[in-house]
Amino acid sequence: MQKSLYLDADKCTGCKQCELACSFERDGSFNPIKSSIQIFTFHEAGRFVPYTCTQCDDAWCMTACPVDAITINTATGAKEVNEATCVGCKVCTIACPFGTINYNTDTGKVTKCDLCGGDPQCVTACPTDAITYVEADATGFSRMKEWAAKTDNAQSAA
Amino acid sequence: MSILNIIKRLFGQEKSSPAQSSTPQPIEPTQASTPVEEVKDSIQTAMNEVTDNIIEAAEPNPTPNTNHEDYSMHHVIIGSGPAGVVAAESIRKLDPKAMITLIGDEPEPPYSRMAIPYFLEENITEEGSHLRKTDNHYDNKNINVVRDRVSSINPDDKTVTLESNDSLLNWDKLLIATGSHPISPPIPGLDNPKVSNCWTLEDSRKIVEGVKPGSVVVQIGAGFIGCIILESLVKRGAALTVVEMGDRMVPRMLDQQCGTMLKTWCENKGVTVLTSSQVNSIEDKGKRLLVSVSNGEPIEADFVISATGVRSNTAFLEGSGIKVDEGILVNRHLETNVPDIFAAGDVAQGLDFSTGEYTVQAIQPTASDHGLISSKNMVNPGSAIHQGAVLMNVLATLGLISVSYGLWEGVEGGESAELVDTDNFRYIRLQFDGDKIVGANTLGITQNIGAIRGLIQSKTALGVWKERLMENPLNFMDAYVGVTGGHT
Amino acid sequence: MAWTNKVLRVNLTEGTLRYEPLNQEWVKDYLGQRGLGTRYLVDEVDPEVDALSPENKMIFATGPLTGTAASTSARYSVITKSPLTGAIACSNSGGFFGPELKFAGLDMVIFEGKSPTPVYLYIENDEAKLLPADDIWGKSVWEADEILHKAHHDPQLRVAAVGRAAESGCLYAAIVNDLHRAAGRSGVGTVMASKNLKAIAVRGTKGISNIKDPKRFMASTAQEKEVLAENAVTGTGLPALGTQVLMNVINEIGAMPTRNMQDVQFEGASKISGEAMLEPRESDGKPNLTTNAGCFGCTIACGRISTVDTSHFSVKDKPQYHHNSGGLEYEAAWALGSDTCVDDLDAATYVNFLCNEDGMDPITLGSTIAAAMELFEKGAITTEHTGGVELEFGSPQSLVWCAEQVVAATEFGKDLGLGSKRLCEKYGMPDLSMTVKGQEFPAYDPRGIQGMGLAYATSNRGACHLRGYTVASEVLGIPEKTDPLVSEGKAGLVIAFQDATAAVDSAGLCLFTTFAWGMDNIAPQIDSACEGDWSVERLLEVGERIWNMERDFNLKAGLTGADDNLPKRLLKDVAKTGPAKGRVSELDVMLPEYYELRGWDSTGVPTDDTRQRLSLA
Repeated sequence: MQKSLYLDADKCTGCKQCELACSFERDGSFNPIKSSIQIFTFHEAGRFVPYTCTQCDDAWCMTACPVDAITINTATGAKEVNEATCVGCKVCTIACPFGTINYNTDTGKVTKCDLCGGDPQCVTACPTDAITYVEADATGFSRMKEWAAKTDNAQSAA
Repeated sequence: MSILNIIKRLFGQEKSSPAQSSTPQPIEPTQASTPVEEVKDSIQTAMNEVTDNIIEAAEPNPTPNTNHEDYSMHHVIIGSGPAGVVAAESIRKLDPKAMITLIGDEPEPPYSRMAIPYFLEENITEEGSHLRKTDNHYDNKNINVVRDRVSSINPDDKTVTLESNDSLLNWDKLLIATGSHPISPPIPGLDNPKVSNCWTLEDSRKIVEGVKPGSVVVQIGAGFIGCIILESLVKRGAALTVVEMGDRMVPRMLDQQCGTMLKTWCENKGVTVLTSSQVNSIEDKGKRLLVSVSNGEPIEADFVISATGVRSNTAFLEGSGIKVDEGILVNRHLETNVPDIFAAGDVAQGLDFSTGEYTVQAIQPTASDHGLISSKNMVNPGSAIHQGAVLMNVLATLGLISVSYGLWEGVEGGESAELVDTDNFRYIRLQFDGDKIVGANTLGITQNIGAIRGLIQSKTALGVWKERLMENPLNFMDAYVGVTGGHT
Repeated sequence: MAWTNKVLRVNLTEGTLRYEPLNQEWVKDYLGQRGLGTRYLVDEVDPEVDALSPENKMIFATGPLTGTAASTSARYSVITKSPLTGAIACSNSGGFFGPELKFAGLDMVIFEGKSPTPVYLYIENDEAKLLPADDIWGKSVWEADEILHKAHHDPQLRVAAVGRAAESGCLYAAIVNDLHRAAGRSGVGTVMASKNLKAIAVRGTKGISNIKDPKRFMASTAQEKEVLAENAVTGTGLPALGTQVLMNVINEIGAMPTRNMQDVQFEGASKISGEAMLEPRESDGKPNLTTNAGCFGCTIACGRISTVDTSHFSVKDKPQYHHNSGGLEYEAAWALGSDTCVDDLDAATYVNFLCNEDGMDPITLGSTIAAAMELFEKGAITTEHTGGVELEFGSPQSLVWCAEQVVAATEFGKDLGLGSKRLCEKYGMPDLSMTVKGQEFPAYDPRGIQGMGLAYATSNRGACHLRGYTVASEVLGIPEKTDPLVSEGKAGLVIAFQDATAAVDSAGLCLFTTFAWGMDNIAPQIDSACEGDWSVERLLEVGERIWNMERDFNLKAGLTGADDNLPKRLLKDVAKTGPAKGRVSELDVMLPEYYELRGWDSTGVPTDDTRQRLSLA
């Protein structure tokens, strides 16, 4: 069964351990700018909001990619960027209405959350369980299954 | 689900009880169940309405039917660019029994023009430009790819005439996705062999051949394509002069400030940019070309590139009865005035999300959208309604990235928030209609940029964030997360 | 290797900037941050200089673990000579500024001289420049922060700035970063303003990618985060109640300095406690505390994000305070609350906002106001001095009025800005100043916690809880319980805490980790990140070396063993209530033993043997 990231702003303290874990996993460095998950701080409201790609079903980035560089990992459901294929045209970055796929000027490629192949490091790093990686429970089971079937068959078009 | 309810539930007083919040609900894409998920879901819902209103069609049989005798319907697609390919794949997904024929007139497998600049820079091989990467992709999906040209469409007997042998091909549903071609401005000498467009892979090969280190190159036009290939020309070692009729670079995508900053950027990188200028003639002087320009000394050039814009490929439709204006006129199902004939991509004059008018946008994301929606209506008539495409462009010019969205020129009576940092080549201008964002231009800004599309397309009322964005438009991502999360 | 190996040296007099490599020899002996920054300072600054003269220098130093995935990797320190104490000053802050310096590729920034006109330093990765501060001089930290964010078009910019208190010469001005984290003590902000340096704005996107053994480092830091999570203090108490978890605890054991340290218990303590911050207010039903917050990388998250009741008299007509900001930590709640006998949570929170907004140390501010209240009580300060305002213990109006006077730098406000030592001297009752070496006490009465008396008296930066927090052992039983009322054995305990603290402060980590971590939890994290072998023993040696280096600076600055002292009140006047009733601080018993264990002579000077053992010239 596929899992998804569950982001709970109520529990977030804004510590950025998730960003560090993500940038380390992706880039081998501690560098929030290289993280695919971001914490947004609303100082006056006293809120911290973790935010990342939730592997949306419509996958605007994937549909917009002109060279088929974004594909679905059938095991995790993640929409993954194949760096070798990506030409760096950035069309996906303007197409994603969530702002969660970004251009990396160092590599000349785009980068997004790939769920770390099924072991999301942000989840491991989060000290407050504001980020969890959860399976469908009984109530969500049928819809999850439907979705899984759909993504299985959606290898080339959304 | 209204955003207001979400706001109340998630960030207002009505916080979920500890017991609830300690038991995470699973994420489920069509009906999100977590705070951030729900926030996103509200955008997603708005976005879904934009593209179509079906998806719940019966799940396809994963194994496409391979028996041509036993097909449900024959879908013929003219044009193998992104619109055509996306449509073909989507049809296969929706109807495993359909017969699908994809006709393209270029010798290569379907490829992306978006990739050409990177091919010119030698960052990728030709294969890297191909739309689909898997071996036998089209065979696997049982899509017949035919290399030919369609010389005419015959709606009465539901056939097209193929150019190669004048044969007829029957169709039940027809999609015209023939794209566009470069405009040839009326300049004497433009037909010289040392003059090339930059549109096809074939053009690219010609440029690779003609532009060597030290070559003096004149490029006519500083539009989208003109700009995106500058880097490759500079990298190839060309001494470059760009001649643009408009008063700034990319005048159809960037506002005065942005286009002017981009000009300065290019000049700083050693490119000569002549704006408000045009090429009068190109004379063959044997070894070199003499390019005379309207305001300046004539230039002795080795090569000339013409990149003055594109126009829809509609010439072959003459006599077909299909109505054409700038492009093929379509309704919100992407269907033409002739039943069972659809149009998509650069050739289609489709609905613009922002203006409500029908225009030829000639951009990649719109082509994909069109392909998707037309295909759904071809399989299930009337099932998908196009809510209009947001005009959007992203362009890297010698490494400087510019973006335009929607009504980047603004609307009458609307406000705009701008931030100009000429020293660092950073610029953003958000256009508002009331407290909604309707358009934007940016320069040198890439992080989270897609959120601007989300805010435009979901028509999100910004509330208090409007004022904050008026003060600092760079906070658009905070506004996006904030307004959808209800932070005041 | 975790260090960036790059130091930015800014000569404010000349307006020049220069990069230099980090001194690798010193790294081996001083690690980073507090230790290394101080090593640079003692090398470059004559200890006898006037702290507010151009000859003093000011160093912003990160630690090797700053900005890494180690928990609490947020820290940086500001090292200079203090105008408040005349001793070495090293103030530590969290937030997000320190890691940003690191991500911009800098271990340290050294400021020299004095700018002819107000400037701020702007750093964007490898580019740094001094820019005119005309727009932000005269503005609060909050205003300056906003203006700089706009000027540089960057929501991610991190700003450390001084407020109006520093500009007007308040001797306990803080440097505030990220709006409400502060290098708070000893007047480091005053030094910054004296150099005409208003702010440092930094943006770094280079990250840290030179960890010695990344795999071992990630494993080690992950394991130690578990230790923090499972510990009752760092895993439960601090996240839930912040440092304010201590208010009721310390009050109960009779070590709550009250009424300018005349009493050791405060009857209103529960009203200003961490628990009280969770109680819904009558007016709007919201609690004072909105949420807890973590500094960069912190898995404890003790930070308080609070609001003041918008109908409270202090903010009623001031909408700029009607939103969330940094709330009360224990030290602020104590100084602004029980030491002034004010049990009004909103008043204390508002004054805490002012401390953040305009850069003041709330401990010294609160203690100075308490001293002023006692001076008023005793008739030394009268309504003539205050323009008719009564200064009364327990009056939230008096507290708020006094704090606003310091910000506004009125005549009386400037008196309060001197700190309690100079204030009490000026008004003729020097014994009412509750200070060591001119710096005010934190929230633990040494009559009720004996070890803290020695820790205060010997602290190299004047009275301070963050130089040797024996409260951990004497009250909380960490790492093992000792009796707070007994002075025997406390000399050794204080030394152990002082040395370990110096090492932690040099690593880039937060001292609060030591509620759960011992040095054997910390050493592997440093060792896997940094070149060289960093054992527990070596770290403790580094700590001891730092302590002695700081001591030497102070001795050369003119301080002597006689300054290792406490106010008469704590040595002569017995605690009136609680478990410590009838006791005074037994400093006289502990101090000689401390000198001996330190390897110092009877006047408190390190012996040659000690200096040699520690490789101190």
